[in-house]
Amino acid sequence: MIGRKVLSAIAIIGLGFTSGFALSVSSANAQMNEAEKRAKDPRNKNYMVGDKNSGYVYMTSQTRDMQDDDFANPGFVWVDTGESLWNKVNGTAGKSCASCHSSAAKSMKGVANTFPRYDPKTKKMIAIQAYLNRHLGEKMGAKKWKWESENMLAMAIYVKLQSRSTPVKSIINDQNRTTLAPFLAKGKKFFEQRRGLLDMSCKQCHEDNAGNMARSNVLSMGMPNGFPTYRLKWQKPGSIHRRFVGCNKNVRAKPYKRGSEEYTNLEFYLMQRALGLNWETPSVRN
Amino acid sequence: MARKPRVKLPNSVNKGQVVQIKTLIPHKMETGQRKNKKGGKIPRFIINKVEATFNGKPVITADFHPAVSANPYFAFYARVEESGTFKFTWTDDKGKTVTTSKKVAVK
Repeated sequence: MIGRKVLSAIAIIGLGFTSGFALSVSSANAQMNEAEKRAKDPRNKNYMVGDKNSGYVYMTSQTRDMQDDDFANPGFVWVDTGESLWNKVNGTAGKSCASCHSSAAKSMKGVANTFPRYDPKTKKMIAIQAYLNRHLGEKMGAKKWKWESENMLAMAIYVKLQSRSTPVKSIINDQNRTTLAPFLAKGKKFFEQRRGLLDMSCKQCHEDNAGNMARSNVLSMGMPNGFPTYRLKWQKPGSIHRRFVGCNKNVRAKPYKRGSEEYTNLEFYLMQRALGLNWETPSVRN
Repeated sequence: MARKPRVKLPNSVNKGQVVQIKTLIPHKMETGQRKNKKGGKIPRFIINKVEATFNGKPVITADFHPAVSANPYFAFYARVEESGTFKFTWTDDKGKTVTTSKKVAVK
């Protein structure tokens, strides 16, 4: 096992050199053709807005087939769970989500845009999972859910699903601009900060080299519009913070905790990068 | 919370029509190849059999092996000559079965 880890570390270091500094002419041409192919593919039309691409366009056609068909998309199993949780009475207050919010299709439409949101109590940004947990505790008197638990994923997916096919909007307006600006700056700093043994930042892969290959995968632009996403590698859905942990580990950096201030700010910054793209939750990614 | 299998087929069809039937069952499909943190083997736990019957008569039986991914999606085609009920049965390695059924009417 240890031998394998060392080997893959060497492979990654090698990759850092080739993709970062020494793209040969022939591979540059090949990359260009790939980019043209992606731009011409009619299926990708709704997933490319301006110079922003959803992760969808970098997937293989088989993976895209799974996402296009709501039945074949395994994420919809969690949607079913989320729907039953929505209507289930939970906690000492004897309430379900539906008792206050009635139909999710109406009340939760567009809500995905509002997370992460500013929390005046802690004076920090708060992600949907943390918000749901507080709601469970304070309003419903129910037990909290773990960040990556079955119930939490199902509910986060179910709530965000209601915004599907609507564009990502910014929550920043003239009133809250000064409050939110420091968090946005922190998120941007995290995104551009080199980290880990490989000394790589999020930006180097997902902005400078988006569309190029990293190992056998195409690098996406790192857009958050499909999260929580059903990832084939995980064989289940996962939150965007799980994805951050994975990415940090890949560059051999010590990951932060899910729901930490750092990751929530980063999520907030990523949301601002994705403005205009359509919501895809639950998307299917490799 | 228990997750339920999903089945999709048309409610009503023309006589003799060939329809696609899609099924998906949530299951972790542990291959038996993986090891836990202590180095011990995680025992195999997969769905090894999927059966579909129509009005009690067998339509299709499929054996699944460890290479099948988690939450297996299984689709097949069947010709429907009469109104009736499709019944689907999934069997896992512990011998537990999950069944679900869906009615089809011939126009």
